[in-house]
Amino acid sequence: MLSRTASNLYWIGRYMERAEFTVRLVEATIRLSSLSGDTRSQQAWRSALAVSGATAGFKQAGDTLSAFNARRYLTISEHNKGSIRSCLAAARDNARAARNALTREAWEAINRAWLGIRDRASPGGTQATLNLVETLKAESRGFEGALARMLRNDGYWFMRLGSVVERGDNTARLLDVKYYLLLPEGEEVGGTLDRDQWTTILQTVSARTAYRLIYRRGLKPWLIADLLIFRRELPRSLAASAEETVQLLGNLADRSGRQGEADRLARNRAAGLAGGTIDSLFQEGLHESLRRFIAENGAIDRAIARQFRFG
Amino acid sequence: MPARSAFDELWGTSRGRKARAGFEPLAGWLAETPAGELERRQQAAETAFRTLGVTFNVYGGTEAAERIIPFDIVPRIFTAREWEQLSVGLEQRVRAINAFIDDVYGARRIIADGIVPADIILGNPQYCVQLAGTRPPHGVYAHICGIDMVRTGADEFFVLEDNARTPSGVSYMLENRDAMLRLCPELFGAFPVRAVDSYPELLRDTLQSLAPRGGRDPRCVLLTPGHYNSAFYEHSFLADNMGVELVEGSDLEVDDDIVWMRTTDGRVRVDIIYRRIDDFFLDPLVFNPSSMLGVPGLMAAYRAGNVTLANAPGTGIADDKAIYSYMPEIVRYYTGEEARLPNVETWRCREPGALAYTLDNLEKLVVKLVDGSGGYGMLVGPAASRKEIEAFRAALKAEPHRYISQPTLALSTVPTLTDAGIAPRHVDFRPFVLTGADGVTIVPGGLTRVALREGSLVVNSSQGGGTKDSFILSRDPGAPR
Repeated sequence: MLSRTASNLYWIGRYMERAEFTVRLVEATIRLSSLSGDTRSQQAWRSALAVSGATAGFKQAGDTLSAFNARRYLTISEHNKGSIRSCLAAARDNARAARNALTREAWEAINRAWLGIRDRASPGGTQATLNLVETLKAESRGFEGALARMLRNDGYWFMRLGSVVERGDNTARLLDVKYYLLLPEGEEVGGTLDRDQWTTILQTVSARTAYRLIYRRGLKPWLIADLLIFRRELPRSLAASAEETVQLLGNLADRSGRQGEADRLARNRAAGLAGGTIDSLFQEGLHESLRRFIAENGAIDRAIARQFRFG
Repeated sequence: MPARSAFDELWGTSRGRKARAGFEPLAGWLAETPAGELERRQQAAETAFRTLGVTFNVYGGTEAAERIIPFDIVPRIFTAREWEQLSVGLEQRVRAINAFIDDVYGARRIIADGIVPADIILGNPQYCVQLAGTRPPHGVYAHICGIDMVRTGADEFFVLEDNARTPSGVSYMLENRDAMLRLCPELFGAFPVRAVDSYPELLRDTLQSLAPRGGRDPRCVLLTPGHYNSAFYEHSFLADNMGVELVEGSDLEVDDDIVWMRTTDGRVRVDIIYRRIDDFFLDPLVFNPSSMLGVPGLMAAYRAGNVTLANAPGTGIADDKAIYSYMPEIVRYYTGEEARLPNVETWRCREPGALAYTLDNLEKLVVKLVDGSGGYGMLVGPAASRKEIEAFRAALKAEPHRYISQPTLALSTVPTLTDAGIAPRHVDFRPFVLTGADGVTIVPGGLTRVALREGSLVVNSSQGGGTKDSFILSRDPGAPR
């Protein structure tokens, strides 16, 4: 496969995943902010911007921090490279360039998602944004479905690889920002608990039911961290993402008969997560561990680009 | 107005009273099918084109300007006899074009023999002086030609333009046929229409036949300027249907005069490049140094004979409009026969007499830039305003050598679905002629372009033109089966 095509597919995976994550983040934040007063609503949106890595950009754009402005910045802003609109535009751009490597169904799913947001001039009121969120979630399920029906070959694996790399990054950032906000330094882990806030985290990674099924008890911050970091059965956990990265790279290596730096880095990371526990992780410091994961993920991303000559 | 007296492909000169012999089923179909039904089918076709992404970008437009070319549901039909005559003439013309290009980059006999003036060739911006003395593998230059034909009467076909660089539009021939088969199957029961769907295979075979040297299984790729180019859909469509890689300049690299493409498994050698980017952007080391679309070193690899470029660089010399005016002489010179397809009468404004005639008759003539295309840089006298005519007069006086003029032809019409029901609209026709190592192949079909505005003679998609399917019949009514 052409290196550029592989790179296009990988980035389709990344951008579609990013778009979906941001959709869920906006949805969960709307919920959280509607449950709280003005000050805490503002705080909810501030943390959503932080999770999306948009704090600096938002400040630069010069908007005052309000629910409406934050919603606009995260959904339809063309200035925000991480907005849902920008992600879908970038995904579609890559899809157009790699049109021949996509099934018609996959292309149409991406194209439809893009057309659904292209002409939006305003996020509208809360309800309008929620409607947009619903539509986009449906489109994203359509894309996942189209992907599931694709031939299992290089093209499919590169796209999945992009998704899981992005997914790991997103989950790590979500946990990092929220934990930091919710448990200010000095406060005991297990202290008084803001249920709504913690639910937001679970909702963003669609894991509310999963938490109840696995732990069968009330919300505990360390269990939420355990779920999002170590539980391989949760598709959006760091462990699952790390493991799937190894598998996908393995599929590509089986095909080409060659492994490389990306395989090595991915295996090391997956092994570390498989052997870790939440207790040892809290000893290292959650923030430090998550930062390390994000850095390793970035290194794997760069190694993939080198190994497959994305250029 | 030409519209009133124009020959109609369905009605001939009967003005809608009597269909031409053999075309009665089409007249019947038009009479029986309600306009609303035709409208519905046409929209279904356009919707399908949009979801497929059969779009083109208007130059200078942003993403919002991705458009589909309007499709018209009423086909244009050629009889078997008409096609036979056309295809013999097309083959002759394309052979002459290839012989001409070979000559002007080689021995230049045609100049020495005084058939075409030296300055019109050697001083032509389309003449690639860097390529003089370079002969491509198999001596073929214009592998894919699109010859634009117009018709003015029952037996009057003319070549309006030769496209020997990177002619586009063949994907519309194929997609239009696909839509017609789905939406109007009854027409294929009424007419014995020849199939066009073998085109991608024929193109691939033609390209493979041109590989530089035997031995290895030759690797062919399609080089596109990228997905912002107006014809990107066609590039991806053809690559897909030929089963070859669709590459951009950045996917290729040249090392020691060998062309490689970068794949996830390493470098793969490339033997044949069907390039859909202009000469000027091919190789920044030879042509435009700021081109990001091309491949540094590509021309060196080509000159070394290590890669086939289709079409070869430098073929623009054959489709320049100043050269066009010499085509009857060129055909006679290289084939020893009279041209079977006549040219449209053409005045070369570089000649004082022709310039004077042109200036005196601007309101009657069509004036074209010798190196213009896409309907840009063109004056249609009868349809132009006073101001436009005066602007052209000034331009002609300033640089007469850049222009030619031609009579305004009464292009034939085809019934077309308009807002006001079925009405005649002017058309032209672009068949695609392939030349491989083993000779010339022509798929029985082509692109019929239609000027959708009433009375308009400009069929270019950038100027409000649409397309139709073109039926070539395998036998004519009354002819033995």
